[in-house]
Amino acid sequence: MRALCWVGAGELAVRQVPDPELRNGHDVIVRVRQSATCGGDLPLLAGRVPFLAVGDVLGHEFLGEVVEVGPQVRRHRIGDRVVVCASVACGSCWYCRRDLPSCCDNGSADPAVAEAAWGHPTGGAFGQPRAMGGFAGSHAEYVRVPYADVGAFTVPEPVSDDRALFASDAAPAGWMGADLGQVRPGDVVAVWGAGAVGQLAARAARLLGAERVIVVDAEEERLRMAERHAGAETIDHRFADVTAELRERTGGRGADVCVEAVGAAWNGHGPRSLAERFSGGAERPAAVREAVHACRKGGSVFLLGEFTGFVDSFPLGAVTNKGLTVRGARQHGQRYIPMLLERMARDELRTEHLATHRLPLERGAQAYALFRDRADGCVRAVLSPDLRPADG
Amino acid sequence: MAGRGRMGRLAGTAGVALALATAGRVLAVRRRGSAWPRAAGADPRPGRWQVVTVDRAPGEVLPGGRWPEPLRRLGAAVQVELRPAPGCRGTELAARPVPGAAAPAGLAAHLVGDDPGLLVRRALRETKQLAETGEVLRADRWPADRAPGSPR
Ligand SMILES: [Zn+2]
Ligand SMILES: [Zn+2]
Repeated sequence: MRALCWVGAGELAVRQVPDPELRNGHDVIVRVRQSATCGGDLPLLAGRVPFLAVGDVLGHEFLGEVVEVGPQVRRHRIGDRVVVCASVACGSCWYCRRDLPSCCDNGSADPAVAEAAWGHPTGGAFGQPRAMGGFAGSHAEYVRVPYADVGAFTVPEPVSDDRALFASDAAPAGWMGADLGQVRPGDVVAVWGAGAVGQLAARAARLLGAERVIVVDAEEERLRMAERHAGAETIDHRFADVTAELRERTGGRGADVCVEAVGAAWNGHGPRSLAERFSGGAERPAAVREAVHACRKGGSVFLLGEFTGFVDSFPLGAVTNKGLTVRGARQHGQRYIPMLLERMARDELRTEHLATHRLPLERGAQAYALFRDRADGCVRAVLSPDLRPADG
Repeated sequence: MAGRGRMGRLAGTAGVALALATAGRVLAVRRRGSAWPRAAGADPRPGRWQVVTVDRAPGEVLPGGRWPEPLRRLGAAVQVELRPAPGCRGTELAARPVPGAAAPAGLAAHLVGDDPGLLVRRALRETKQLAETGEVLRADRWPADRAPGSPR
């Protein structure tokens, strides 16, 4: 089959690779129709993640059709149109049974790296280096999906592929930020980042009853999208003192809930320790710092950014003196996706505008360049193996 | 530590496990919160216990009192203990290399290498996965693992 492979720092190429196979009884094979670029792929693409090898297939947000079914699978059959949760979880361990599937004990075929980096194994993910889970990515014609009964979701008839695709990762991540950030009716919620995840966190906050949602970003077009599709107010980071602006807009209190959906800026220096070599070095969480300062006393800050290791200059004093709750997670998609698909079917949640660029799989390298550089107003580029190279 | 007080070691052969079963105790389970037996000797590290918590009752962790395959492979080279986890968290399953024990052929190097706990930890993790999900999760086969153009 054809797949978009990492071939070196900043370099991608479409190559012929062997088709995936059923490896466990709970697996299905999905023929991919759409697969989205994601900010979480950028450190991989740049070659900043150890263990990534030439030929590894990227991509973890995808939708497609079931073409092969393992003997233990109960909820899917050939022909099902499914969106697949970007993280892999078993559905039956202590964490999965307590609605924390991205913390799954059994989601990774090789948890040694996670154990070394974080002290415990975490759930698996598609499109990571082999030593960090063992599941190839979705920028390909076919993908093997482990634990398909808990990780693949049949898309209800009225929901289009273009909309359901974002139930794989961005929508559950955004929803989780608002939900576990404990947005309550009447709250003022501030969201850093107007990418797909930030916009969907803002929309989730509205649907959970927030009275005002304020989105912070430095991209004009993304801010306009957040206004139009999430019903949010906006602050353009380039022209505003964000903390002062938020204090003014919240009557001096600060936001009740702050959701960080930016991720980390790379600080450029190399790893300083063995731990840093595992984790990718220290990151500068500028948005996290701002969120901690802008949060009201006793409020909560939820971190959705793809942090992998350490941060410098974290404002711990503000956390303790203001009595904040700081929480983060990789998205617990298995917990939210059925509800999100229902909301998509009811038209409460619209996501198709996030796919600003649609390209054939063959033009994957170009798609990532657009996405990485935010060129041409790109929010997400979506790849499809069905499009011919001349399309898009 | 076998026979010390309220519980016995689950020995590394199916035969002894059966003996436990015929004695009316399908499993020898330690008291909740009891300490894992200490290693003999001054240096505790080679004997450190590797422990996983399995979200299942002891009887589901070692069905029929027998060691599941991932542990059986290690044979008499490891010592295995069980105790209930606090707060309905299932079963704590512990294992450690037995100092000086003869390891099964091919495994000896792993049990005395840089991290003798690695192999034990993997066996525990696989045992846990079998109890919780019914199978051991396998990674995708990467292109280098197989000949190109193999049939679907
Ligand atoms: Zn993603
Ligand atoms: Zn699990």
